[in-house]
Amino acid sequence: MTAVALRDVSLVYPGGAVAVRDVSLSVADGEFMVLLGPSGCGKSSILRMVAGLQRPTRGQVVLDGAPADDIPARSRGVSMVFQDFALYPHLSVADNIGFPLDVSGCPRDERAERIAEVASAFGIGDLLGRRPAELSGGQRQRAAMARAIVRGPRVLLMDEPLSNLDAVLRSGLRAEIACLARSLGLTVLYVTHDQIEAQTMADRIAVLRDGVLDDFGRPDDVYRHPATMHVAAFLGSPRMSLFKAYVQVVVDSHVALHIGGQVIDLPWPDMRARAVAHYDGEDIAVGARTEALRPAAPGASGAVLTGQVRHLEHHGHETLVSVDVGAWGVEPSGLHELRTGELTLRVHPDVRPVQGEHVGVHLCLEQLHFFDLDNGRRIGPRGRRR
Amino acid sequence: MTLVAEEVRIEVPVSGSPRRGVLSRVFGRLGNGFMQLFLAVVAVFWLVPVFGLLIASLRDEQANTASGWWTIFTKPAELTLRNYAELVANQAVWQSFLNTFYIAVPATVLVVVMASLASYALSWIEFPGRETLTVVVVGLLVMPIQVALIPVAKLFGAFGLFGTITGVVLFHVAFGLPFAIFLLRNFFAGIPRDLIEAARMDGATEWVIFKRVVLPVAKPAIASLTIFQFLWVWNDLLVALVFADQDSAPITVALRAQLRQFGTNIDVLATGAFLSMIVPLAVFLVFQKYFVQGVLAGSTK
Repeated sequence: MTAVALRDVSLVYPGGAVAVRDVSLSVADGEFMVLLGPSGCGKSSILRMVAGLQRPTRGQVVLDGAPADDIPARSRGVSMVFQDFALYPHLSVADNIGFPLDVSGCPRDERAERIAEVASAFGIGDLLGRRPAELSGGQRQRAAMARAIVRGPRVLLMDEPLSNLDAVLRSGLRAEIACLARSLGLTVLYVTHDQIEAQTMADRIAVLRDGVLDDFGRPDDVYRHPATMHVAAFLGSPRMSLFKAYVQVVVDSHVALHIGGQVIDLPWPDMRARAVAHYDGEDIAVGARTEALRPAAPGASGAVLTGQVRHLEHHGHETLVSVDVGAWGVEPSGLHELRTGELTLRVHPDVRPVQGEHVGVHLCLEQLHFFDLDNGRRIGPRGRRR
Repeated sequence: MTLVAEEVRIEVPVSGSPRRGVLSRVFGRLGNGFMQLFLAVVAVFWLVPVFGLLIASLRDEQANTASGWWTIFTKPAELTLRNYAELVANQAVWQSFLNTFYIAVPATVLVVVMASLASYALSWIEFPGRETLTVVVVGLLVMPIQVALIPVAKLFGAFGLFGTITGVVLFHVAFGLPFAIFLLRNFFAGIPRDLIEAARMDGATEWVIFKRVVLPVAKPAIASLTIFQFLWVWNDLLVALVFADQDSAPITVALRAQLRQFGTNIDVLATGAFLSMIVPLAVFLVFQKYFVQGVLAGSTK
């Protein structure tokens, strides 16, 4: 059952700026969907259109199978949690939570009961008499969420609800929200620019860029098989290393990828080698996450690149080593910046490479990603269904 | 006067942090002292004439013509409440005092109600031509009241409103609205958008949003507007002089009628003026408690 669907929705502002371009998207009943993207990518606009606060320029928003274009925001049965909480400053926490009930004409005793119930679910049962000004950031956000679900909404929209909180609170609330939403069976549309929130909370992720839906699917799938270079670079920390490679096909033997002055070979039977082979004599972008890389002894055979240690980052539990293998880096924004592409290698913290040292990096071929340099699309079979 | 200076004293931490040098502390104290002195001087400038008026209203006519009010410090026995008793007993003056009420209260209530409704629409309801309408309404601020007197007088004559309290009220409402809308719209527009939208998402109609979110949050602005509007209308002479007749004349007009070419008539004037000051003062004191800072605190990050 589809709870929310967008059909070719576009939003163009009066100045001509396009916020959302032909986005189609459907959220199943009880699903936790995260809209992920950098600021200004149109994700909040999509939320506002589902909420009814903004009318799409073209296309249609469908709620529970019925077009919602002419339903005003207040009658959509959709609740929203705002980034900056938006609590009513003149009302106590109890009255803030009770506001949606008052408006819908809820009887008094039921009102008190439901406020108490929701407040205790969010652990703010003892703060009901306070004003928002007397609450901490985390408590305000809990109050705002309690207010949003007290009415039992069909759909809950959240617009970067955690981005105004500090890191510790954020990770705690992340789990709490995901848990609560599932236990209540809520359909959630959650907007964030934080890829960790997306990965940890979502049933499915929709990645947006410049108002266009770039990728869509389960968090794992999107992480493992990003549809474009942008998605690949946006998801995952540390960021995926992207660099340029020149393709040379040796028919029936292998496909050689010239990376800087070095070469790695894709064996011909590899399905992706065939796809890459279409780019014979051209440049493509190769992406490698840290988990595709491991240190190799100098002179080791196979897909090994050697390079110079440029930079070290000690994280305590691991050390990230930037290795310059002499390749051109690729910027997913489309500007092929003239900078060196560096591989980010994850090593045990006890291993202490020295800056300037020459090291070998072994690349796991199965985990490499190949992208078209012109349109940023993934090369090769996607290996998953949408 | 001391009281005024006390109230506005700026709190400087006396113990101070240990890092503050002696010099900065000296200058801090000195600055604080200057500030108090300055405010005290301002207060004296304002209060001395008022005080004089009060004393004059408490002395009889002969005493007032014989010597200045300041001689009261040597002869306190001269003070009497007889002027007030006479004034209240004077049916015409009493009536004009009531007229002022009948004019000022509706003129204030109407302006505040209409301006807050209009300002809500102009800031939070989307409709075609909203920006233009706002500019036009606020642009009416530049219209001087004097140019409208004669045309409106003709209009009122045609509708039978000339010389009535209704007419005076209508004029005040019409000329009070542009500023009132200007003031309130600016305040309403400053209310965080998320707050309005949160109410919309919570299922509130525009009317409920206005009544239960915007009005409570806008209390300080509405209190200021109420005070302004009430004072203007209460103290108005020009409009009442033009549009009111003998029966509907407010106290300002009645007092002016007491002015004589020869002789001061000070006992009636001072008493009437003082009496007419008390009400706006009371209004101010009642509404100033809404001037609390940070009404929006805690609403948004």
